[in-house]
Amino acid sequence: MSEASLPQAPAGSTPPSPLAELWRDFRRNRGAIIGLVIVVALLLCALLADVIAPYSPSEQYRDATLQAPSWQPVNGHRFLLGTDPVGRDVLSRLIHGTRLSLLIGLVSVGLSLSIGVVLGLLAGFFRGGVEFTIMRLMDIMLALPSLLLAVSVVAILGPGLMNAMYAIAIVMLPHFVRLTRAAVIGELGKDYVAASRLAGAGTPRLMFDTVLPNCAAPLIVQATLGFSTAILDAAALGFLGLGAQPPTPEWGSMLASALEFIQSAWWVVTLPGLAILVSVLAFNLMGDGLRDALDPKLKR
Amino acid sequence: MISFIAKRLSLVLPTFLGITLLVFSLIRLLPGDPVEALSGERGMTPERYQRLVHEFGLDRPLWQQYLDYVWRALHGDLGLSTITHEPVFREFLTLFPATIELSMVALFLALAIGLPAGILAAMKRNTVYDYTVMGASLTGYSMPIFWWGLLLILFFSVTLGWTPVSGRIAIQFDIPPVTGFMLVDSLLSDDKGAFRSALSHLILPAVALGTIPLAVIARMTRSSMLEVLREDYVRTARAKGASTWRVVAIHALRNALIPVVTTIGLQVGTMLAGAILTETIFSWPGIGKWLVEAIHRRDYPAVQGGILMSATVIIGVNLLVDLLYGVINPRIRHH
Repeated sequence: MSEASLPQAPAGSTPPSPLAELWRDFRRNRGAIIGLVIVVALLLCALLADVIAPYSPSEQYRDATLQAPSWQPVNGHRFLLGTDPVGRDVLSRLIHGTRLSLLIGLVSVGLSLSIGVVLGLLAGFFRGGVEFTIMRLMDIMLALPSLLLAVSVVAILGPGLMNAMYAIAIVMLPHFVRLTRAAVIGELGKDYVAASRLAGAGTPRLMFDTVLPNCAAPLIVQATLGFSTAILDAAALGFLGLGAQPPTPEWGSMLASALEFIQSAWWVVTLPGLAILVSVLAFNLMGDGLRDALDPKLKR
Repeated sequence: MISFIAKRLSLVLPTFLGITLLVFSLIRLLPGDPVEALSGERGMTPERYQRLVHEFGLDRPLWQQYLDYVWRALHGDLGLSTITHEPVFREFLTLFPATIELSMVALFLALAIGLPAGILAAMKRNTVYDYTVMGASLTGYSMPIFWWGLLLILFFSVTLGWTPVSGRIAIQFDIPPVTGFMLVDSLLSDDKGAFRSALSHLILPAVALGTIPLAVIARMTRSSMLEVLREDYVRTARAKGASTWRVVAIHALRNALIPVVTTIGLQVGTMLAGAILTETIFSWPGIGKWLVEAIHRRDYPAVQGGILMSATVIIGVNLLVDLLYGVINPRIRHH
């Protein structure tokens, strides 16, 4: 569609761009801003992990195991958040864990979103048998609580970081499919779709080019919330020994491998959990804020 | 109403079959040999291997094997555990009461705190109460339960020494299982202090398991209450001079609770899954811990049976909640 064909708005009353409007609504929500700031900080941690982590996440300082967090250097090294049972710097492992957690979120949400969107589009466009099959399948997947389904999938695929990501992607799939289908069905009756169809657009073009961009809002919200689900479930699987395996600095498995030291060294157990909680909370806050800003029904 | 029930039932059957298909394919999709997976033996003689292939029915067409599996499952035959050589169904039934007990107490805690908190937040909207409840509930909702459980242990068991760290009851009590619920059984027994011990073992796991349902229930109650408080009949009641508490208790609450019932039903499933984590942390001898151990020991018949049984229970509860929803909310029946 060319810009020239659109009616020009009278000068001086230009409506704000959709992005500016979104930002204006999002900014009003204090919680959402806190979430955004934390997410940006996590992102920086993940991207710059090699630069800002004081030590390597796998380097073992055997002469400084289970050091409590302190400013005082131990044998010439300063472990701000202490060391774990084999003498690795907890701070460095947490920073590298950020990279891993965000990566898990990115991969599982990316996988789930792309497959979910295609299935949802198919269900919305070709009603009848296709829709019935896809939606019943999704109903079956929704009947199992997310962690039980994830554990079942890992039981089939075997424990490991990659399989945990697949499992989480599968768990989130029904939500993306349902959202896409509902949004597609809502859009299909509108005039612009009929116009595009009359102009000769084929089904794939209608699906991805005409309709999909207009279904983006709920998907963006769900994808943001999906990050929190992914981080939480990956940590739970890691904790159960079904996700990332040691010595990977994954928060859940870090916590599990330090369990026996819960009485003597609080920091090896509490800090990874705190990292999980803060990141999950941040994505939830941001997701809620995005939902309020994007959903016109909630705007007041 | 009958067509409503029929419609719900027609959704349950394919769901159940889907789960059996998932569980059935688990053995076939596993890397490695299904005979070894089902028997738990390795390096057996070719004769024994052939005998087991026949015994497990692996020499028959897949669809026959599947139908056979479903048929047996419907009759409570889920195969033998490869570790204990006990019937999986019986192991499940032995451990299930522990999980139900834990879940029920957790749900009770979640309701006892979540409902009033949600109502309070709705009535005092945009006050410090509201923000506290909503903030706490968002935190609870984002909480990694395995970590939360550990924090509870660290604080109440290790630092304060108030509660034991693991198990269902102190070792010195020998409680004969009557109902399978330790709280009830310990009351029935003559042992003084047994009930106290059982309760002190139960409280921390129940708090950990109840946290997410509590957060969800508080959030749901608040938003549902806010919706109802905008209705005309609430305004009418107010106009007639009814006090705020009367309006809430008599007029608003009943209707506000309708969507909350669904939420509670959905939380039962979440709790059965949450039990996987909570039971592992607190060494609570229920099906969650059993399932994780079965996965680690590669006890595949137990994994299969555990997933199938938990899923069946969850489907059953969801169906029950759907039907209940139809009863308390006549509007839904006609859709």
